[in-house]
Amino acid sequence: MTSPVIELSHVTFRFNRHPVLDDVTLAIREGEFHAIIGPNGGGKTTVLKIMLGLLQPQAGSVRILGGSVRDNRRYLGYVPQFRTFDFRYPISVREMVLSGRLGHMGTKLRYGDEDHAAAEGALETMDITDIADREIADISGGQRQRAIIARALVGYPRVLLLDEPTVYVDTPTATHFYDILEDLRKEMTIVLITHDVGALSPEITTVSCLNHRIFTHDAREITEEMIGAVYPCPVDLIAHGVPHRVFRRHDEMAEEEVITEEEEEEEVVDR
Amino acid sequence: MILEALGYEFFRNALAAGFLASIACGCIGSFIVVKRMVSLAGGISHAAFGGIGLGYYLGVDPILGATIFSLATAGIITHFRNQAHQHLDTLVAAVWSSGMALGILFIYLAPGFAPDLFSYLFGNILLVPFENLVLMALLVCIILITVTIFYDRFVAVTFDEEYAIVMNLPARAIMLALIGLTALTVVMLIQVVGVILVIALLSLPAAIAREYSSSMKTMILYATLLGALFTTSGICFSYILDVPSGGAIILIAAASYFLVILGRDIRQHFAERKE
Repeated sequence: MTSPVIELSHVTFRFNRHPVLDDVTLAIREGEFHAIIGPNGGGKTTVLKIMLGLLQPQAGSVRILGGSVRDNRRYLGYVPQFRTFDFRYPISVREMVLSGRLGHMGTKLRYGDEDHAAAEGALETMDITDIADREIADISGGQRQRAIIARALVGYPRVLLLDEPTVYVDTPTATHFYDILEDLRKEMTIVLITHDVGALSPEITTVSCLNHRIFTHDAREITEEMIGAVYPCPVDLIAHGVPHRVFRRHDEMAEEEVITEEEEEEEVVDR
Repeated sequence: MILEALGYEFFRNALAAGFLASIACGCIGSFIVVKRMVSLAGGISHAAFGGIGLGYYLGVDPILGATIFSLATAGIITHFRNQAHQHLDTLVAAVWSSGMALGILFIYLAPGFAPDLFSYLFGNILLVPFENLVLMALLVCIILITVTIFYDRFVAVTFDEEYAIVMNLPARAIMLALIGLTALTVVMLIQVVGVILVIALLSLPAAIAREYSSSMKTMILYATLLGALFTTSGICFSYILDVPSGGAIILIAAASYFLVILGRDIRQHFAERKE
């Protein structure tokens, strides 16, 4: 087994003495498509910010590619939550994507040829070359989302970390978005944070359920009980079609499930 | 009448001071507005009032006191924002009120007759001496050089500070530089439009410019030109009508700002009705 690209061991984080993460140990391995799911307030964004060195845990350690967070976080491609952005900032899509190169320029003051080439490549990958000169204020939510991912891609990341990427986009955009992730997944490790378990991709290899404590599972082994352990109300989730769309279907798993009529209908629609 | 006025040195100095202030405000104000730190400029300018009071009390140049106070305030705000994770507006309220309080206290304690505080509150651009113009030109050079060299990094940090930290950019140093330059600009502006009206000259031209800009470069350029337009017309009005210059400059800027946002609202309203 390959060594982890991101490794958290026994991480504890408290905010104003309120425990957010309790003894969290997590290994993200090369090539995984790792989903971290859990209820709001369960510590998902906190885990991500600890991986990125934006928050310091009170106990435990974090390593990226075997080294320190500060040395190696530039190999991570961070896709922050939508709401952290001020989309009225006067900046073009191209300039925003280019700014992702600043972490790889050392003391160089101006963007060079390789930086422009990386930006054009990322714009093309995300299929937004045609809107590159538009302002971020004038484009749609889905286009903004792709611009934010393009900014993360210009640094040629080893791991792409996405925080609730589908919250502010409509369903067709979200579906298209998961197609993009499935393409990217061939080139890099992906960590996806979401509370929207209903919309997860079947490509996901590993699922961690986080609600202050963490449980990691191979995506094929996940059971309803495991999700029930982190969510207060598992029934809601079943209604969203969790076992049907998130995870590969296994006959032995299906037998354990209590399938309601509503679910059966949904399954038919899926097919 | 204006041509005749141009023959006076004080009038030429006033126009030059207005122009230099416009460049500084165009650069710094644009970043302050997009980073939503306008209240910070307000806090620093009122904290500087404490320094003016201290200057009178100690018998040194009040502007020296204001410089020290505003830079110290910039440092204090940056420190607590990073270390204690305090909200910017709370910190601003604390330095704003304590600066004013210190100013009033020092001036009460200062020996001799009460100095002309009114000129520091509202400023008088028609009284800017030539030596101050030289200092202003020096500050404008520092601002232009810093912003030109680090333009891309200033944009990155003001657009998305968290991402800048993840990229290992010196985000804190860049923010400290921005807040420090704001402090120096505030001190410079105190002589031109006064403590109370500093916020307006830093924010209004930039806020109008933002409506018509597609990048920070154009925003800075437009804000500078607008600032020059407001100060020049304010100085002329103040000369012709014999009214205070600071008030005239700010009223022109504020009226333009409200007209621009009103005009935008009306345009949007009609655009929606067409649909």
